[in-house]
Amino acid sequence: MLRLERRPQPSRVWVWATPVLAVCLTMIAGGILFAILGKDPVAAIRMIFWDPLFSQQFAAFSRPQLLVKAGPLILIAVGLAIGFRAGIWNIGAEGQYIIGALCAAAVALAFFPSGPADVRLFGTVLFSFDAAPSRWWLFPLTIVAGAAGGFLWAMIPAILKTRFNTNEILVSLLLVYVAEKLLAAASVGWLRNPQGAGFPGSRNLSQFPAVANPEILPGTGMHWGVAIAFVAVIFGYVLLHRHMLGFHVQLAGQAPRAARFAGVAPARLVVFCLGISGLLAGLAGMFEVTGPARMITIDFNVGYGFTAIIVAFLGRLHPVGIVLAGLLMALTYIGGELAQFMLGLPSAAIQVFQGMLLFFLLALDMLSNYRIRLAYREAA
Amino acid sequence: MKRRQLLAGTALALGLASGFGTVALADDPLRVGFVYIGPVGDQGWTFIHDQARQEAEAHFDGRIETTYVESVPYGADAERVMTQMALSGTDMIFATTFGYGPDVNAVAARFPNVAFEHATGYLQEEPNVSLYNARFYEGRAVIGHIAGRMTETNTIGYIASFPIPEVVMGINSAFLHARAVNPDVNFRVVWVYSWFDPAQEAAAAEALIEQGVDVLMQHTDSTAAIRIAQERGVLAFGQAADMSAAAPDVHLTAIINQWAPYYIERIQARLDGTWEARNTWYGIGDGMVGIAPLHERLPDDVRAEAEGMIAAISAGEYHPFTGPINRQDGSPWLAEGEIAPDGDLLGMRFFVEGMTGDVPN
Repeated sequence: MLRLERRPQPSRVWVWATPVLAVCLTMIAGGILFAILGKDPVAAIRMIFWDPLFSQQFAAFSRPQLLVKAGPLILIAVGLAIGFRAGIWNIGAEGQYIIGALCAAAVALAFFPSGPADVRLFGTVLFSFDAAPSRWWLFPLTIVAGAAGGFLWAMIPAILKTRFNTNEILVSLLLVYVAEKLLAAASVGWLRNPQGAGFPGSRNLSQFPAVANPEILPGTGMHWGVAIAFVAVIFGYVLLHRHMLGFHVQLAGQAPRAARFAGVAPARLVVFCLGISGLLAGLAGMFEVTGPARMITIDFNVGYGFTAIIVAFLGRLHPVGIVLAGLLMALTYIGGELAQFMLGLPSAAIQVFQGMLLFFLLALDMLSNYRIRLAYREAA
Repeated sequence: MKRRQLLAGTALALGLASGFGTVALADDPLRVGFVYIGPVGDQGWTFIHDQARQEAEAHFDGRIETTYVESVPYGADAERVMTQMALSGTDMIFATTFGYGPDVNAVAARFPNVAFEHATGYLQEEPNVSLYNARFYEGRAVIGHIAGRMTETNTIGYIASFPIPEVVMGINSAFLHARAVNPDVNFRVVWVYSWFDPAQEAAAAEALIEQGVDVLMQHTDSTAAIRIAQERGVLAFGQAADMSAAAPDVHLTAIINQWAPYYIERIQARLDGTWEARNTWYGIGDGMVGIAPLHERLPDDVRAEAEGMIAAISAGEYHPFTGPINRQDGSPWLAEGEIAPDGDLLGMRFFVEGMTGDVPN
């Protein structure tokens, strides 16, 4: 007879061993799933986990793509992890990501070069200037706009929670759908490309050098968003593990009463946690729209904000863990696509596979909090 | 495998455009990849593209090998999927939604030996990118005519997706032909801002029926609206596929997307080594737009008129946008007998005279 015994403290070994074990179990269960679908399980697992990294055919392209895919996941997940540690649940990073991208694109497009402009006085041209080149401040301004957009969107659930005690999970989640409607309206309306033959979608920002966010070194996948994601990881680590505020965050999450005695103001913490996660999600949106996505479109958001929740938990809400988890998720995406067209696996099977990963992780969490004991039935 | 790697490698490294004839050898099947925006089971846009893929594969019977990736968003993801397809030795890639435009062109620039076919887009920056689209407005003219003849309340409901030229063009075409046979007819348009959202489409259908609509049209992909029409006994038309199974009593006909003939034609050209980029806009006559069987409840005269119009459009004798047509504000667009230039249609962002409501901006 098995018996669960609560550990006085979560096991340090199991906290880090469970993700590895979860990945292994996912491979086994996924392999069984693929076999049932009539595919070679070993080939499929190999295609997902090995080929993007080491195959001669794909690796040179896929490896940098890991960074492109993982960058926004890591950036958003670091912010979410801070809130999750404090027990403040921002489920709406997807919306903050959208609004960040929209604000950034709006600022960038406001300065889109419309050719040389003439400054006239009484009909005579005094001088002309070309608004296009070398406005060094435009890219930083776009970054600020993206961060501000995400931050302000996250302030809605923050203020509603602190003022009216609404549930931040519901408010932040529902604001995702509002953000999606704004995105659609912007794509077909006020941000639409005037030269786009009436199609929805903004101008191609990658063709606007002053705001474009290309690879810093070609062929590495490293764009500014990835660089900032790593900065955010360091910042997150210092904050959570080396700073008083991080201690307050953890205290509030684990022992809210104790936190209040220690002088933590709950309202301020809510504003801080939602604000920082919104800001980082907005930044991720900004770097995506000026970089890999190139433009605002109706379906600009592809779920990074939701997947980042998985990444945050998979990484144990620890910044370094989040880096590894982000890269792992990116790997399953990229390898999953390979498996789709090389082996004919349906995309739903890949999604089930990714879902298994989270399922096993959460299920195995038990091991870090409980000890499994063999026990004999005792007399009552 | 080796040869493919070599080819892809050469394409990457040297960017050589060595012509399309060299790739397909007789005993090595041509590899054709499809990139889909939705899941193949969406029963709408992607489902129909995938049916056409299967038809093409069956048609070529071993001479081609098709693969696909479903639910691929625009942007970085689409670009990555197409790059990996090209790296894997795919010779021809069909990118089946307009949003892939910039991605298709970016990948095409890096793989000049791969033939790209891009559906319903407008960006053609590389010599190996073809565009294809269907003249759905021809089908809309036919259903507009039928709707104008069949309505008793003189109010026709239209569930529209996004205010883009493709959709606006369809509304105008249907409206013009409804008005032509029934001067009292009015259109009520609901914009749902989605291509596929069964809940919203159903809600829009309910709302339109409450407002006295007795014929429903849609430019969205699900069968939700037409099911409501069946329940409420309101006439309706299918979209993209024959939807009569969902609404056997009220499904008057449907505009069907028929991609298979085009896919077969283009893949054949690639096999023959004669493929080159072009911009295709096929209609009923070319077999890209199909009209589902007309419902038996249509009176004989309406049926005959509809069949006559289909025949005239197929034969190229009649163009649904033939002047005189004015814009909604009364300003002239097409003079008497003038036929709308394709460019005007592809950029259409205005309603024609007589329409109520505005194109949202």
